[in-house]
Amino acid sequence: MTLGVTEAQSPEGGLPADHLAETAEAKQIEGRSLGQIAWARLKKDKIAIASAIIILLIIAVAVFAPLIVKLNGFPPDQFNKTNADGSPLLNTRDGGIPIGGLWGSGTSSEHWLGVEPQNGRDVFSRLVYGTRVSLLVALGGTIIAIVIGTVVGMVSGYFRGWVDTLLSRLMDIMLSFPSLLFVMALTPVIADRGQDLFGIPDDNKLRMGVLMFVLGFFGWAYLARIVRGQTLSLREREFVEAARSLGAGPGYVIFRQILPNLLPTLLVYTTLLIPSYITAEAALSFLGVGIKEPTSSWGRMIADASDWIESNPLYLFFPGLALFITVLAFNLLGDSVRDALDPRAGRG
Amino acid sequence: MGRYLIRRLLQTVVILLVISAITFFLFWATPANPALLICGKDCNTETVAQVNATYGFDDPLIVQYGTYMQGLLSPGGRTIGSEGSERECPWPCFGESYQNGIPVWDSISDAFPATLWLATGAAVLWLFFGVMLGLIAALRKGKLIDKLSVGIALFGVSFPTIVFGYLLLFLFIVKLQWIPFPDTANAALFTVGPVKWLQFYILPWITLALVFAALYTRLTRANMIDTMNEDYIRTARAKGLSERTVVFKHGLRSALTPIVTIFGLDLGGLLGGAVITEQIFSITGLGKLAIDSVLGNDLPAIMGVVLFAAIFVVVANIVVDVLYAFIDPRVRLS
Repeated sequence: MTLGVTEAQSPEGGLPADHLAETAEAKQIEGRSLGQIAWARLKKDKIAIASAIIILLIIAVAVFAPLIVKLNGFPPDQFNKTNADGSPLLNTRDGGIPIGGLWGSGTSSEHWLGVEPQNGRDVFSRLVYGTRVSLLVALGGTIIAIVIGTVVGMVSGYFRGWVDTLLSRLMDIMLSFPSLLFVMALTPVIADRGQDLFGIPDDNKLRMGVLMFVLGFFGWAYLARIVRGQTLSLREREFVEAARSLGAGPGYVIFRQILPNLLPTLLVYTTLLIPSYITAEAALSFLGVGIKEPTSSWGRMIADASDWIESNPLYLFFPGLALFITVLAFNLLGDSVRDALDPRAGRG
Repeated sequence: MGRYLIRRLLQTVVILLVISAITFFLFWATPANPALLICGKDCNTETVAQVNATYGFDDPLIVQYGTYMQGLLSPGGRTIGSEGSERECPWPCFGESYQNGIPVWDSISDAFPATLWLATGAAVLWLFFGVMLGLIAALRKGKLIDKLSVGIALFGVSFPTIVFGYLLLFLFIVKLQWIPFPDTANAALFTVGPVKWLQFYILPWITLALVFAALYTRLTRANMIDTMNEDYIRTARAKGLSERTVVFKHGLRSALTPIVTIFGLDLGGLLGGAVITEQIFSITGLGKLAIDSVLGNDLPAIMGVVLFAAIFVVVANIVVDVLYAFIDPRVRLS
C-alpha cells in the first residue's frame, strides 16, 4: 500500500448521507456520547473546576501581563535603586541585599513580592512575565509533540507492514534517547546555528522557538506508541470497514474516522504533557541553557535566587510557588479529565 | 528463548549504532566552525588550518564519524593528533576535551561513581516507598488511607525537582542546620566515613526519589487493583489460601511485572546523569559534567556524555526485556 490518497475518493466526495444518518440515530438510542458524559462528570468534579479556574487565571495573567504590570508600575527589566520617597532600596554595602521587607526580601507596598538583590528588579513583574514564557513554550512544545505523535502513530497503525516496522523502530530509538540530556545539549547548539545560518539573532524569541521545537521533537514517541496501538484496533472496526468498502481512501479513514476516536486520548495526553513541559522549560532555563537574560523565566529566577537562599529565601520561594501551583493545577485537571473520559467507569 | 535473546541483542546493536550516528551528526554538523571553538582568542588562518589538520575537521563528516567510532569499537583505541604530535587514546576513546585536553573518558569515569550512588540510593527509596504506598492504597481502595496516598502521589508528581530540591536544602541545611552545606567535592564512602557520606547524599536521594516514588505509587495502585479483580485471584481465594498468600504471591507478583519494565528504563536514564539534582546539591556527577560541557561548548565532552547515557538506556532496555521474558512467559511465545 502506498502513502497518500490514490484512486480513492477525495474526502469531500465524502460519506454517503445515510451513513451519517445512521450514526446520528445510533447516538440517540445510546443516549449520551462519551463527550457529553465526560462533560457532565467534570462539572460535578470540584477539584476539576477549581484547577480549571486556576489555569484560566494563569492564562489570563500571561495574556494580560503588560496590563497587570502597569498596576504596580515597574517594568520587569527596570533596575530600581530607590523607593518612591527616595530612600535606598538595596543595601549596597552588603552585596545588594534589599533593605527591609519580609525576611529581607524588600517587600513593600510598592514592590509587592520584593525586589531582586543587586539589580532591584521587581519580583512581581518578573513573575508575571515569566508566566508568558512558561505557558508559550509548554503549549508550543505540546502542540508539536501531539501533531507528530498522532500522525506517526496513525500512519504506523493504519498502514502496518514495512511502514509500521520502520516507524516503530524510529519510536524505539527516540525513546532510547536520554531526552533531557539531548534537549539540554542541543538547545544552545541550535540557537547558535540559527544565528549563523539564517542571520536570526540568538535572542529569546529564537530561544523560545528552539525550546518548543526541541521539547516537541523529543516528546512525541511515547504518544505515537499509544496512538499506534489504538489505531491498530480501530482500523478493524466495522465503521472503518464500511467506509472502505464504499471507497473511502486512507486519508479519509485516518483523519475523519480514526482521528475523532483518538480525541479523548489526545485530550488527556495534552493536559498531562503541558505541565511536564512547563517543568522542563523551567529546568532548562535553571541550568542556563534555556531562556537567557533579560527575559524573565521562572527557572532562571530560581537559579538566580539560589545564590541568595540564606539571606533572602522569599526570592526563591515565589517563583517556586508559581511553578508548583501551575504544574499542580494542570496535573489535577489532567487527572480529572482522564477519570471523566474513562469508559470503564460506567456511563452514568 | 535463545532466538528471542539473539534477536533482541542484534536490535540493540543496531539501535546503538543509529544513536551514535545521529548524535555525532547532530553535534558535529551544527557548530559553524569547531576549529574556532578550540583555538579561542589567538585565532588566525594558520592556527585554524593547523587545528583543522590536527582534529581532522577537513575530512568529510562521514570519515570523521568513522574515526570516532574506531576509538569506541577497536580494542586498541585510536590515535589523536596530526603527524609529529600523535598520541594514543586507549579504548574506549571518546576524544579529548576542547577546553582542557583531558580525555573525555577520564572525565566520565571520574564523574560516574557519584551519579551511580545518587541514582542507586534514590532508586531504593522510590521503589520501596512507591510500591508500599501503592499496595496499601490498592488493598484499602476507597478508604481514607487510599485517598491520602493518591493525594500524596499527585502532590509528588507535581513537585518540580528544582522546587522540591531547594525546599529540602532550605529546610534542612539553611533553617534547621541538621546537615552542613554540601561540599564541592563529592563524598566518597571510604574516605569520609558513613555519617558524612549519608549527610552528603540523603537530601539528593529524597529529591530525586520523590517524583518517581509518586509515579510508582500510582502505577502499583492501578496495577494491583486490576490484578485483584482477576479471576485467578478469586480462584486462589476459593482454594482457601490465606489472604497474605493471595495478595503477595498471586497478586503483587503479577502487578509488579510492568513495574520491572519501567524501573529498568528509569534507572538507566538516571545513570546518564540526574542533571538538576546534581546541580542543586553541587554533586560533580555525569549530569554536572554534561551541563558544564554544554555551557563551555565542549563538543567531545557533550558527545561523550550523551552517548554514554544513551548506552545505559539501551542496555537497561534489553536487560528489562530479557527479565520480562523470564517473568512473563507470554512474551516469549509471541
